[in-house]
Amino acid sequence: MADIIRKRDYSLTGPEGKLAEERGMASAEWYKTPIPRTRMKELMKRKDGPAIRDTIIWFVLLAALGYVGVLSWGTWWAVPVFALYGILYATPGDSRWHECGHGTAFKTSWMNEAVYQIASFMVLRSATPWRWSHTRHHTDTYIVGRDPEIHTERPPIWRILIMQMLHLYGGPVELKRFLLHCVGKLDKQEKEYIPESEYGKTFREARIYLLILAAVIVLCVWQGSLLPAMLIGMPSFYGVILVLLFGLTQHLGLYDDVLDHRLNSRTMKLNPVLRFLYWNMNYHVEHHMFPMVPYHALPALHEEMKYDTPAPRNGLWSALKEAIGALIRQGKDLSYAVVKPLPDTARPYMYGLSDIPYITERIRQAAGMAMNHSDKEGESA
Amino acid sequence: MSVSENNWVEVCMADEIEQEDVIRFDYKERSYAVYRSENDGYYATEGYCTHERVHLADGYVMGSTIECPKHNGRFDITTGKAKKNPACVDLKTYPVKVEDGKVYVMADA
Repeated sequence: MADIIRKRDYSLTGPEGKLAEERGMASAEWYKTPIPRTRMKELMKRKDGPAIRDTIIWFVLLAALGYVGVLSWGTWWAVPVFALYGILYATPGDSRWHECGHGTAFKTSWMNEAVYQIASFMVLRSATPWRWSHTRHHTDTYIVGRDPEIHTERPPIWRILIMQMLHLYGGPVELKRFLLHCVGKLDKQEKEYIPESEYGKTFREARIYLLILAAVIVLCVWQGSLLPAMLIGMPSFYGVILVLLFGLTQHLGLYDDVLDHRLNSRTMKLNPVLRFLYWNMNYHVEHHMFPMVPYHALPALHEEMKYDTPAPRNGLWSALKEAIGALIRQGKDLSYAVVKPLPDTARPYMYGLSDIPYITERIRQAAGMAMNHSDKEGESA
Repeated sequence: MSVSENNWVEVCMADEIEQEDVIRFDYKERSYAVYRSENDGYYATEGYCTHERVHLADGYVMGSTIECPKHNGRFDITTGKAKKNPACVDLKTYPVKVEDGKVYVMADA
């Protein structure tokens, strides 16, 4: 297979985007697990309580760890304290950015917006451009040439993934974008998904971000210490490891160019501490299929849908093993994708279009696997 | 389905739409979203979100707001006004009346 599959152009301005449109893969209708409307209304119900509680816990813990970090500065104790501070800064920063961007974390709109703006700055993502980027990610999840949030291509670019352990690829890209926005410009990719009416807001936000970052730098110079930057700004570099690991589990190693989130998204089980940090985004198939269900209802949604979805991976390590193992295989075979068996109660996968060679091949293989599986069951019975 | 001279089209019985809910109604070439608010007000808009072709009948009604099920864009169901990104273009609204326990929409001809 590998020799007949070509390397594809993942940029939004290249030919793949146009091809996706021609094939009907852009802004297409996606598979949805049937859930009774009454139950869905319960699941979609918005509340302020859980998000207020979680936000208070987050900021109190962050302030406490930051205080301990200041006290321990100059000693070896600062190393573990800031390692924890960084993770607590960047990981919920990312998940709160995400959930508040959807507008589902809180019932009250201004609370979503306030936390969204704060978290966007914390994780160094321009609030408005990323809102539109994420909108596109939900419209065209892992459709090559359309989705701006594909973590890595086929074959995987390991250099970028390794650099991202300290946000050394994405961080400078974002800082460069801030500078560009600051002078009233957007990069070519951003113009693909941000409407012109949002440009003004984008430029204003970048100027505010840069003012805050400049103030932190001035404070560092004035104090002759890195400490202010260790508290604001740098944690989104040195504390980003868990964001990367969570991110790797979301879609990698699964299918591109399908219209069924069960094929291109991964759900995994996590312990309550990691779920607090990640705001239940481990239920990623569920989130993509029903993005209007708030994070606090995702465990219940998972229960509702599990008859129709592949079994979740049992923990972060298990999910990473599957994703990274698949990436390694994709290094040699661009067509490789993990095929997950569905429970007997599930509806068949909706692959979307089958005119892409590696998808056709995988459908054939998946059908073969399903037949083997039922043969074996028949034998054992 | 009954249709009067000025194009009032019967949609359903009034109690077939729950409070703070929405249903889909297709008539001729068009699709509509018909809402019942928490105060038993009935409203109708075009059925598809103006951002992308996603039907609002799968969305979530909160007070006088409908949230699109795909990207969480929001509209005021009484005026059709877009209230939250990525919804930027207002929805077209349609007159609605309730008579003899039935909901009618003045559909496009």
